[in-house]
Amino acid sequence: MALDSKVPNGPLASKWTNHKGASKLINPANKRKYKVIVVGSGLAGGAAAATLAELGYKVDCFCYQDSPRRAHSIAAQGGINAAKNYQNDGDSVHRLFYDTIKGGDFRSREANVHRLAEVSTEIIDQCVAQGVPFAREYGGLLDNRSFGGAQVKRTFYARGQTGQQLLIGCYQALEKEIGKGGVTMHPRTEMMDLVVVDGHAKGIVVRDMKTGEISTHAADTVILATGGYGNVFYLSTNAMGCNVMAAFRAHKRGAYFANPCYTQIHPTCIPVSGDYQSKLTLMSESLRNDGRIWVPKSAEDAKAIRDGQKKASDIPEDERDYYLERKYPSFGNLCPRDIASRAAKECCDEGRGIAPTGLGVFLDFKDAINRDGEDAIRARYGNLFQMYEKISGEDPYKQPMMIYPAVHYTMGGLWVDYNLMSNLPGLHVLGEANFSDHGANRLGASALMQGLADGYFVIPSTVAVYLAEQKPGSVTTEHPEFNKAENAVRDRLKSLMDIKGNRSVDSFHRELGLLIWDKCGMARDKEGLEHALKRIPEIRQEFWTNVRIPGSPNGLNSELEKAGRVADFIDFAEVLCHDALNREESCGGHFRSEHQFTDADPEVQDGTTQPGEAKRHDENYQYVAAWEHTEPGTAPILHKEELVFEEVQPSIRSYK
Amino acid sequence: MSFLNLTLKVWRQENSTSSGRIETYEAKEIPTSASFLEMIDIVNERLIKDGEEPIHFDHDCREGICGMCSMTINGIPHSKERGITTCQLHMRKFKDGETIWIEPFRANAFPIIKDLVTDRTAFDRIIASGGYISVRTGSAPDAHAIPIPKADADAAFDAAACIGCGACVAACKNASAMLFVSAKASHLNHLPQGAVEKDQRVLGMVRQMDAEGFGNCTNQYECEAVCPKEISADHIAKLNRDYLAASAREATS
Ligand SMILES: Cc1cc2nc3c(=O)[nH]c(=O)nc-3n(C[C@H](O)[C@H](O)[C@H](O)COP(=O)(O)OP(=O)(O)OC[C@H]3O[C@@H](n4cnc5c(N)ncnc54)[C@H](O)[C@@H]3O)c2cc1C
Ligand code: SF4
Ligand code: FES
Repeated sequence: MALDSKVPNGPLASKWTNHKGASKLINPANKRKYKVIVVGSGLAGGAAAATLAELGYKVDCFCYQDSPRRAHSIAAQGGINAAKNYQNDGDSVHRLFYDTIKGGDFRSREANVHRLAEVSTEIIDQCVAQGVPFAREYGGLLDNRSFGGAQVKRTFYARGQTGQQLLIGCYQALEKEIGKGGVTMHPRTEMMDLVVVDGHAKGIVVRDMKTGEISTHAADTVILATGGYGNVFYLSTNAMGCNVMAAFRAHKRGAYFANPCYTQIHPTCIPVSGDYQSKLTLMSESLRNDGRIWVPKSAEDAKAIRDGQKKASDIPEDERDYYLERKYPSFGNLCPRDIASRAAKECCDEGRGIAPTGLGVFLDFKDAINRDGEDAIRARYGNLFQMYEKISGEDPYKQPMMIYPAVHYTMGGLWVDYNLMSNLPGLHVLGEANFSDHGANRLGASALMQGLADGYFVIPSTVAVYLAEQKPGSVTTEHPEFNKAENAVRDRLKSLMDIKGNRSVDSFHRELGLLIWDKCGMARDKEGLEHALKRIPEIRQEFWTNVRIPGSPNGLNSELEKAGRVADFIDFAEVLCHDALNREESCGGHFRSEHQFTDADPEVQDGTTQPGEAKRHDENYQYVAAWEHTEPGTAPILHKEELVFEEVQPSIRSYK
Repeated sequence: MSFLNLTLKVWRQENSTSSGRIETYEAKEIPTSASFLEMIDIVNERLIKDGEEPIHFDHDCREGICGMCSMTINGIPHSKERGITTCQLHMRKFKDGETIWIEPFRANAFPIIKDLVTDRTAFDRIIASGGYISVRTGSAPDAHAIPIPKADADAAFDAAACIGCGACVAACKNASAMLFVSAKASHLNHLPQGAVEKDQRVLGMVRQMDAEGFGNCTNQYECEAVCPKEISADHIAKLNRDYLAASAREATS
């Protein structure tokens, strides 16, 4: 099938305004007749549900946590970007657009990214009006900081808990609509399948996690805002419950999965310490404003530190390698995440890692403390330092932090057109769950921006493009497809319960995660990916014959919940590896070891880039890879959306 | 790495209607660098191997921000350590051979769903009764239209740091929700944007709190002591004053 991105005609900067102006409107009396299902109550889903209800649509919203306020968006620390130019440092919509396109390694759709930059400013206005307590200066105006991949200060923040403050604003707007009856909220309710009627997404099958009851819901359109798939790696900075089930169920029902191989590994996380570990903790990128990243120049010194014979303070200044400052002098410690992560991996591969496992580098605040004083650093990062101390038992005011890259964010997701609708009509996808705006690498503080842009400003307008063509309430749960889908869910849960094997769900999740981290993590190659594609079906086979789920399906059963999610992660991992194998180039978060610059390349000789940097192949791969589901164990089918660049010319991404 | 061997006394309860009981489990070879919830994971892994049902507990972010985790540890919600959630507690705080009592957050308004998992949706209903600012999406003025003195913004922030975990309720002998409600109200009441609806907010939230069956506040300050975000009980006094003033205005209007 040809993928039509439905990007409006006209000059880039007026596409969105023109599109809004030209789109059909639904009159208020009719809006009430349309039912919308929103799965997810994070920034994307919560904002969409609240705004659609304000407009008059009847909304049912679902989340797996006990309250919409606990969606994973709550955990975001650092900040949210917006092209306000309040600092008067030369920022503009165009600059935010350009930084995002370049940051994404020229693998995103220009029109979507431009729209994102345009609405970014309205987001800040909206949040402030809701009472989001962003950091302020003494004059009472908003403060900003810098984030990776930008040379202006455009990041708005709320101490180290920007995500929680934005989500509380969004949740309060949602609760307001729940109170008024416009939104019916279904917490602790998990979407188990999508219902497709005559080729259109018209409902979902859910499980009440408290009682185990399975039921179906019909609507005129279904919106998924179910977050990213980072937990396919088992260890990540995501919350424990983050999963791909909703998106993968939709994928199985016909929605294409785009660019799954674009996964973001965040450079500054607390390193892994043991195999009991359940998650990894992010140390916000904002720390790179003041922290300097280094390892010893010599592998001997690094070994002495690992063995506890030397401390960081024993390494004299000229024996330290501030490798980001050395390799990328103009961006230094604030170079983008993919680049900072790979650089850390390289140092550790050379034997210069300093954590006991060998996998860790220093993030050092000594110079900043000497320059600005401990109090100033405490005011900026106090809660992050405290968090570090609680986890590691070490005082970062005295010792440099130890950090290592960890899986953090997923740029890939369900394919959507300009209206945020999937190739499967009636299915809309928002936030981290779609693939739309970040290309091969997301810049810091841009996910919150995208989630809120999608939820507050884009979908409330574009959903009408689809709904205006639909007769409201034309499909109900009486349609036989609902019963069929519901029975399929019951059968699947029964099969899982009936296995009664010997291994826990977590043991499979851990095994899968290790394999994917190893073969499809920070660096990938053909051999490793082919190995993973051989191993995944074996893991699946073992899972479906040997997993053990105690208890009963009728009532709260956390093992059963996890089992459903891990079963989908296993199938999804295959799509991920196929995509990574297909993409014979390196770009952003996808680094194929076979495709990197070497001394032999003219671009290295003329100083444009350096050896070891990602090498794109625009002639062959300047496209979005959107995968159509086939049966597990067989390769998915590739569909391409060619990327056209009218405004910017793809170039070698340099942060030197 | 050093290890601990511990005895756990854990509240087990099949569902909301069944009666619960304390069960004893041995937690063996627990690394001191593990978190408290990772310790439970290790115990659960063994329970599953032995064909038993794992201990059910709420958790998600495991970094102290989502407010999902909720265990009463040796009688104190989120443990005796100050300023942390259950998921931020690490095993290096315990001694080898110790016995640890683990129970749910108890309150009439938080019915137990299973084991250590409780239903805290009462908090959401309180927010729906006025804990917001009525601003329609897209209708906001420029963010710099109203400067906010840094002191006010900071005060609002201190209150806004509440993660809605409910430890304050579980710690209170009356199961009062006043620390939570006052923090939520203070956050918005402190801002010029929120001041407009202050009276409706305060009346709506307090009335819903009473309807949910939370108890009265008798100034015991247990709430403040267990709050992982160290929300100050001063907010309670402020809410009481605001409530009285709002009731008086309501009566005369
Ligand atoms: C530790 C951390 C820090 C971060 N910091 C930043 C930052 O500083 N700046 C920034 O821009 N970005 C940051 N990010 C990224 C950003 O937070 C996320 O990408 C973004 O919040 C995702 O929002 P969302 O609404 O798409 O999904 P989420 O917030 O993940 O919400 C998903 C929702 O879907 C629901 N759900 C999922 N599956 C189902 C199902 N099957 N059935 C029912 N409901 C379901 C969940 O209950 C939840 O409500 C950070 C991420 C992490 C992990
Ligand atoms: S006031 Fe403190 S203890 Fe109470 S819900 Fe909020 S964060 Fe939890
Ligand atoms: S699990 Fe989120 S606060 Fe503890």
